[in-house]
Amino acid sequence: MDISIQHLLGLDGVSRQDITLILDTADSFYEVLQREIKVVPTLRGKTVVNLFYEDSTRTRISFELAEKRLSASPLNFSVSNSSVSKGETLRDTIKNIEAMKIDMVVVRHSCAGVPNFLTQCTDAVIVNAGDGLHEHPTQALLDMMTIRQKLGRLEGLKVAIIGDIFHSRVARSNAWGMTTMGMNVVLCGPPTLLPQHYDSLGVPITDNLEEAIDGADVVMMLRLQRERQASGAFPTIREYRNRYCLDLDKMYTLPDNVLIMHPGPINRGIELASDVADGNNSVILEQVTNGVAVRMAVLYLLGGGENG
Amino acid sequence: MDRHGLDLALTRITHQVLERNREFTKFGVVGMQTRGVFLAERITRRINEIENLSLESGVLDTTFYRDDYRIALRKPEVKVTSIPFDINEMNILLVDDVLYTGRTVRAALDALMDFGRPKTIQLAVLIDRGNHELPIRADYVGKKITTKRNQVVSLKVSEIDDEDSLWLMELEEGD
Repeated sequence: MDISIQHLLGLDGVSRQDITLILDTADSFYEVLQREIKVVPTLRGKTVVNLFYEDSTRTRISFELAEKRLSASPLNFSVSNSSVSKGETLRDTIKNIEAMKIDMVVVRHSCAGVPNFLTQCTDAVIVNAGDGLHEHPTQALLDMMTIRQKLGRLEGLKVAIIGDIFHSRVARSNAWGMTTMGMNVVLCGPPTLLPQHYDSLGVPITDNLEEAIDGADVVMMLRLQRERQASGAFPTIREYRNRYCLDLDKMYTLPDNVLIMHPGPINRGIELASDVADGNNSVILEQVTNGVAVRMAVLYLLGGGENG
Repeated sequence: MDRHGLDLALTRITHQVLERNREFTKFGVVGMQTRGVFLAERITRRINEIENLSLESGVLDTTFYRDDYRIALRKPEVKVTSIPFDINEMNILLVDDVLYTGRTVRAALDALMDFGRPKTIQLAVLIDRGNHELPIRADYVGKKITTKRNQVVSLKVSEIDDEDSLWLMELEEGD
C-alpha cells in the first residue's frame, strides 16, 4: 500500500490509512534503531534540506538524525547565518536551494502556511516541522506512536491536552490526527488561551483541569510560554500553576497506567511538577526516541521516486 | 509441487544442512519475509527434532536495503524484522522461498551484516527459477526449474494461505 499524500503539511485531512501506514512503518524503523548498526541505506543519494526559520533544537536534531540514519545527505540552513539576513525572500531562497538539486525540504517557520506556499515554488517534497500557530504534524505522529506502543491501540482512548491551547500547533495537529484515529480528545486551559473554534470540530473544551483529566488514558501537558503572562492571558505564573500544573496530588486521581506526555521543553514546576515528569507514568523521553523513528518513516514514505 | 513434495524438499534440505554443519552451538536460521519465514520455521523444527535442540528462527525484512527504492519501481510495505539471537560469529542459514534475480538476497546479506559479523552465511531456497541478475547462488535448493521472465512462481504455505502448494503462472503481455 502506498501513501496517498505527496507532502506532509499537517494532519488536517490526512486519512486514517495514511496515519496507520506511517505509524506501522515507524515501528519498523524503531526496530532498526535497536540494532548494532543503526543506519540503513534506503535514502542513499537523496539530499534533504533542513530549512529552519525558527529556533529549534530537538526537532532539528531529530530530523537530522533521521536523515543520517536513512543515509540521506542533510543540509542545514538556519536564518542567522544565511542570505535571509541580507533580505532574500523565501521564494528566492527556495529557488536557489532547488537549483542545487535537492529532493526534500523540512521546513519550520513562524508563519502559518509557509510549507504550503513552498509546494507551489518547488518540485521537492515538503515536510512541515512546525509552522506558526498552524500545525506540527510529526510531533503529533510521534505522540500517537508512543501511545500505541504503550497502550496497544488508539481507538477509543481519552486524551486530555492541557495548557496554552491557543498558541499550540502541537495541540492542533494532535486534535486533527487523534480525532481521525478515533480517539477522544479533550482540550483544557485558561479561557483566555482556549480558542472556541474547537467546539465546531466536536472536540470538547473546558477550563477545568479536574474535569478534563477525569478518566483520561493519556494526559499531555503543553509548555507555557512565560511571555504570555505579559499579554494578560493570566494574572501570575503562580495562579496558572495552582490551577493547571499537573502535580502528585492530581496524579493520585488518575488511573495507575495513565501516560504523562509533554512535547518539551518542560517548564519544571510550572505546567508539570518534577516528580511527575520523572515518574513512572512519564513517557516524555520515549517520545523523543520515537520522534526519530517517526521522522524516518515520513521521509521514507514521501521520499521515493526519480525526481532529483 | 504439492504438500508432500514440499515436505520432502524441506526434509532433504534439512539433512543437507545437518551434513554440512556438524556443530549447532553457533548456528541460527533466519527466514526472509514473507514466505521464507515459514520455511525457516519448518526447517528449524526438523533440525530441533533430529538433533534434539531448541533453536529459534529469526525473521528478516529487507525493504530498507532494496535497490529499486530510489528509482521508484515500487515502495514495498515494510514488514517486521526480529532476530532473537546475536549473529556475531554464528553460522547463519538464510532461507527464502524463490531465488530469482538475486536482488533480494543481496539486500538480505547487507541487512544481516548490520546486525553483526556472522562467521558464515549459507543460503537455502525452495525454488531456484534461474534468470539470476547477480552472481548469487544457493547452497541448498529444493527444486530447480526453468522459467521465462513473464512467468510468476508463487508459493503458498498453510500458515497464511490455507494450503501448501507451488504455482507457476503466465502473465499476459504488457501486464
